[in-house]
Amino acid sequence: MTEVLQNLFWILIFPGFLFTACFGLIACWIVRKVSALVQWRVGPPFYQPFVDVIKLMGKEILVPQQAQRTVFLTAPLVGLAGLLLLSTMLWRITIEPTVPFVGDVIVAIYLMALPSLALILGSSASASPHAAVGTSREMKLVMSYELPLVMAFIVVIIKSGGQLSLATLAQQTPALSISGMLAFLVSLLCIQAKLGFVPFDIAEAETELGSGVLMEYSGALLAVWKLIQAMMLVAMPLFLVIMFLGGFGTSGMSLVWGICKYVLILVLMILIKNTNPRVRIDQAMKFFWIYCGIVLAVAILLATIGDCYGINWL
Amino acid sequence: MSWKIWSLKKSPWVFHVNTGACNNCDIEIVNLLTPKFDVERFGIKLVGSPRHADALLVTGVVTRQAAPRLQEVYRQTSKPCVVFAIGACACDKGIFHNGYHVVGPVDKIIKEIDPNAIIAYVPGCPPKPEAMISGVVKALSTL
Ligand code: SF4
Repeated sequence: MTEVLQNLFWILIFPGFLFTACFGLIACWIVRKVSALVQWRVGPPFYQPFVDVIKLMGKEILVPQQAQRTVFLTAPLVGLAGLLLLSTMLWRITIEPTVPFVGDVIVAIYLMALPSLALILGSSASASPHAAVGTSREMKLVMSYELPLVMAFIVVIIKSGGQLSLATLAQQTPALSISGMLAFLVSLLCIQAKLGFVPFDIAEAETELGSGVLMEYSGALLAVWKLIQAMMLVAMPLFLVIMFLGGFGTSGMSLVWGICKYVLILVLMILIKNTNPRVRIDQAMKFFWIYCGIVLAVAILLATIGDCYGINWL
Repeated sequence: MSWKIWSLKKSPWVFHVNTGACNNCDIEIVNLLTPKFDVERFGIKLVGSPRHADALLVTGVVTRQAAPRLQEVYRQTSKPCVVFAIGACACDKGIFHNGYHVVGPVDKIIKEIDPNAIIAYVPGCPPKPEAMISGVVKALSTL
C-alpha cells in the first residue's frame, strides 16, 4: 500500500506533475521574457503563464459540431500522460541513479514522440480545414526530425560503448568530443522543432493558419495543451542534459552546475527562436534529412572509429 | 471576486476582427504590441483563433458581407468574453454613416444574437493606443 502511495506521490507531486508543471511554466516565462528583452520590450510578469492556465481552466469548452468527440477530448490527456511518464522517469533517474532498468533510453524516445502524436490525433479529429493543414505539416515535421534525433542518440550510445541505460549515459559527457558535439547541435535543432519554436513553428504558424493544430481547442483543453508545452520545455532540455552534457546533479555544486547546463540549452533555444524567420515545410524536411543527415553520418563514423581505437576526443 | 474573473483580468487574450475598417484602426492596434506600448506587460496577447480569445477587437463599420461573419466569430468565441468596438466606425458607423453597404454598428449586430453581450466602445478616428489601453482597463474593471 505504501509503495503505491509512494509511486503516486512521485508521479503526481514531486518529480512528476506538480513540480514539472511549475518548473515548466517558469521556463515558459523565461522564454517570453527573454524574447521581449531581445525585442526591446518589457515583457510579462513572472506569474503570467500560471494566470494564463488558470484563466483557461475557467473558460467554456467548445467542441466543433463535426468533430470526432472522443478523440478530440481525449487526445490532450494522452499527450499529458505520455509526457508525465517521461518527465517522472527522467527526474527519478536524476535523483536516484539506482532505479533505472536496461533500455530506458528506448522507452524515453518512444514517450517523447507521444505528445506530437496526440497533437496530430486531436487536431485531425477537430474537422477544421486550418487544423487539417496544420496536422499535415506537423506530421511531415515529426517524420523529418525523428530520424536525426534518433541518429544523434545513436552517436551517444556508440560513444558509451553500447550502453542503453540513462543512468550510465548520464555519467559521461559526449559533448566534449567532436562527434558528440555535432550530435548535440543537431539534436538541439530537433528539440526546437519538437517544441514548435520558430524557425520550426510551421504547424502552428499564427499568421497563416490561425493557430494551426491548436485552432479548435478552447478552455480547459487548451490549458492542458499549454501545460504540455510547458512541461516539454522541461523534459526535452533535461533529456539533452542527461544524454550529452553529463546529467543533472542533486547535491551542492553539481546541482548548480546542472541548472547551468539546463539554462544554457534554454537560452540557446530562445536565441535561435528570436533570430530566425519561419521556414517552409519542404525547407525543414530538406534541412533535417539532407544536411543534418550528412552531419550525423559523419558523427557516427567518427564515433565508431573513436570507439574502435580508443580515441576519446573523436 | 472569483478566481475566474481575476484571472481573466490578468490575462485577456484578444482576437482582432476587421469588419470593413479602412485599415487605420488595425495599424493602431498593431501599435499596441510594439516596444513603445508593449501590452504583453499586462498579459494581453494577440491570438490567432477566436476560440482562444477573451476579447474581440472589432474595427470598422459592419458591412453587409461582414455581418454574418462577425456573428459567427462571436458564437465561436468561448465565453465569458468582451467585445471591443474600436474606432468611430465600429462605435457608430463614423464617416460611412449613410453608405449603401453598411448594415449597422457593431453593438447592434452582436446584440442580435446575444442581448447580454458585454460591449465596450473606444471612439476616435483612429483611437490612440493610449485610448485603447484605457478602454480595456475600464471594461475589465466593470466585470
Ligand atoms: S474609425 Fe476612422 S480609422 Fe478607424 S476604420 Fe473608421 S475611418 Fe478608419
